[in-house]
Amino acid sequence: MPAPEQRRIIFQHIDEPGYTNDIDCYIRNGGYEVLKKAVTRKPEEIIEEVKKSGLRGRGGAGFPCGVKWGLVDRKSGKPIYLIVNADESEPGTFKDRYIMHQDPHQLIEGTMISCFANNVKQAYIYIRGEMPHGARILEKAIAEARAKNFVGPNILGTGYSCEIFVHRGAGAYICGEETGLIESLEGKRANPRIKPPYFPAVLGLYQCPTIVNNVETLCHVKFIAEHGGAEYAKIGTPGNTGTRIFCVSGHVQRPGYYEFPAGTITMGQLLNDVCGGPLPGRNFKAVIPGGSSAKVLRFGERYKGKRKVGADMVDYDWGVEDVPMDFDSLAMIGSMGGSGGVIVMDDTVNMVEALANINAFYSHESCGQCTPCREGSLWMKKITTRMVHGDARPQDGALLKSVADQIPGRTICAFGEACSWPTQSFYLKFKDEFDGYAATKKQPKPDNALELV
Amino acid sequence: MNLKPETLQRIDEVITHYPVKRSATLPLLHLIQEDVGFISDETIEWIAAKLELQPINVYEVVTFYPMFRRKPIGRRHIKVCRTLSCALSGGYKTCETFKEQFGVELGETSADGEVTVEFVECLASCGTAPVVLIDDDLHEKVDSAKAREIAAKIKAEAAKNAPVAR
Ligand SMILES: Cc1cc2nc3c(=O)[nH]c(=O)nc-3n(C[C@H](O)[C@H](O)[C@H](O)COP(=O)(O)O)c2cc1C
Ligand code: SF4
Ligand code: FES
Repeated sequence: MPAPEQRRIIFQHIDEPGYTNDIDCYIRNGGYEVLKKAVTRKPEEIIEEVKKSGLRGRGGAGFPCGVKWGLVDRKSGKPIYLIVNADESEPGTFKDRYIMHQDPHQLIEGTMISCFANNVKQAYIYIRGEMPHGARILEKAIAEARAKNFVGPNILGTGYSCEIFVHRGAGAYICGEETGLIESLEGKRANPRIKPPYFPAVLGLYQCPTIVNNVETLCHVKFIAEHGGAEYAKIGTPGNTGTRIFCVSGHVQRPGYYEFPAGTITMGQLLNDVCGGPLPGRNFKAVIPGGSSAKVLRFGERYKGKRKVGADMVDYDWGVEDVPMDFDSLAMIGSMGGSGGVIVMDDTVNMVEALANINAFYSHESCGQCTPCREGSLWMKKITTRMVHGDARPQDGALLKSVADQIPGRTICAFGEACSWPTQSFYLKFKDEFDGYAATKKQPKPDNALELV
Repeated sequence: MNLKPETLQRIDEVITHYPVKRSATLPLLHLIQEDVGFISDETIEWIAAKLELQPINVYEVVTFYPMFRRKPIGRRHIKVCRTLSCALSGGYKTCETFKEQFGVELGETSADGEVTVEFVECLASCGTAPVVLIDDDLHEKVDSAKAREIAAKIKAEAAKNAPVAR
């Protein structure tokens, strides 16, 4: 079965010839009409539509957006803040970059609608420090929107006022974690906070109720405000509504970003039909489906179990190619949809090297607060590095597993899981490669071998 | 510390974006680093005074975030992504090429003070790997050949800017 058609909602104008990021172009294409209508409605109605839509956050965890908004403490009398998470730091993920660069007003309109719905008077866009152009584009776009009274005091004469400012990070991955982000925005080290009590919805920025949403999520909110939650829920599949953007990178013919109704495309269709299959003369070996912290899947492996289809429980028996690319199916086979970053590796890749590369990332990025994460991520990196540098010991595979197993569930934030999942899954799925490494390490590398570490 | 008047003006403006002054720490560090090139002890004390903090509050931020530098770097800053997607597409070879072209080691500045070459983590452009950030500009699909081209351009500029020998 060939892949279904892409359905571009969020990426409708991305790469469209002649489409620019200035406000006139956006308005010519119907921009800010949804905001104009939204500010004449009751805020609760918009929240209701978002709840009805079933929208799940696109930043990684897939938490329902309407439920998150419902948790906000509205009785405290303190101001409510909204933070746009534009940190986009999970390796393999690159969708938010294109939204901010090519269609910044879509994000600003979605943000303003979300602010209005939640009675937010002050919003911040926290953007990665490594995206200086993106920050400038957003600042210009906000200034344009302010000049037209879509942002700022007394928006469109309604009496509702709201400001947005851009805040640049400075190269630390942990700023993507929402409480680390809040600490960073407060001018401190990005050390995540212990939850509870610091659920942002109650005690967030400056100890005030705070909503943190991903860039893409807020663009979906704009679509929902325009078409209604029920219409949105018709796209995709129950529980996985709307469209999903996949960022595909690594060993495929056509890497890039692709938007589909959620749950309608399988991994095989995405990689073979849409991305053109493996590079000439090669075969797929492994794929990480949701950003580098998601558990790796191995081609040739089968995933079996029972799943709900309508009211019935049916058996499934999938190869990697058969897995529908939605949050629930990927979770069912032991991985996750995460941020939509799909990283593909072919048969030229040495899995110990690939894991060593990933471990170098996570050990560099641990914030250092929790001993299991700080020491464990570094220990795992040291083991994989010494393995690829020719000093592998026969027990290294098992040691890696035991270190990785000690981290999850014992840390302040989910980085502990993020850094242990790659090691756990690489060892589980490619045990032979790890266990046999000490014996084969003396062999010279083939000419086309990739330097990963 | 001699800041440009426009830097001082932007500093005063950016502080107004936040209900709590401390939040302006990162923006001030960025503005001053862009103006002066790096973060000195003097800068740390200056920011602390400006935001009514203790110097340690600013110092701990400077040491946490990799983008802040404690010493000057070359005129051009070449940051090659080393994370998985880029590495799978040849990012390590790209980095080697830059090192060879300028005769530098990772993290060091070339003898003529022109370039500093560094590895950085994922730049969120994995679909066009390998990618390189040079100063503020992202360069995509930088294989070794393209890296050589870029290096040649940087060298040509350097020759043009160099003071004429007498
Ligand atoms: C270690 C770590 C890194 C994260 N990085 C990002 C990120 O770069 N961008 C993002 O939007 N969310 C990131 N998240 C998820 C955020 O904490 C948060 O769940 C998300 O921004 C909520 O927005 P959403 O509900 O719209 O998805 C990260 C989470 C963890 C644990
Ligand atoms: S799990 Fe790691 S990143 Fe998260 S708070 Fe602990 S040390 Fe920091
Ligand atoms: S891995 Fe290099 S940009 Fe993401």
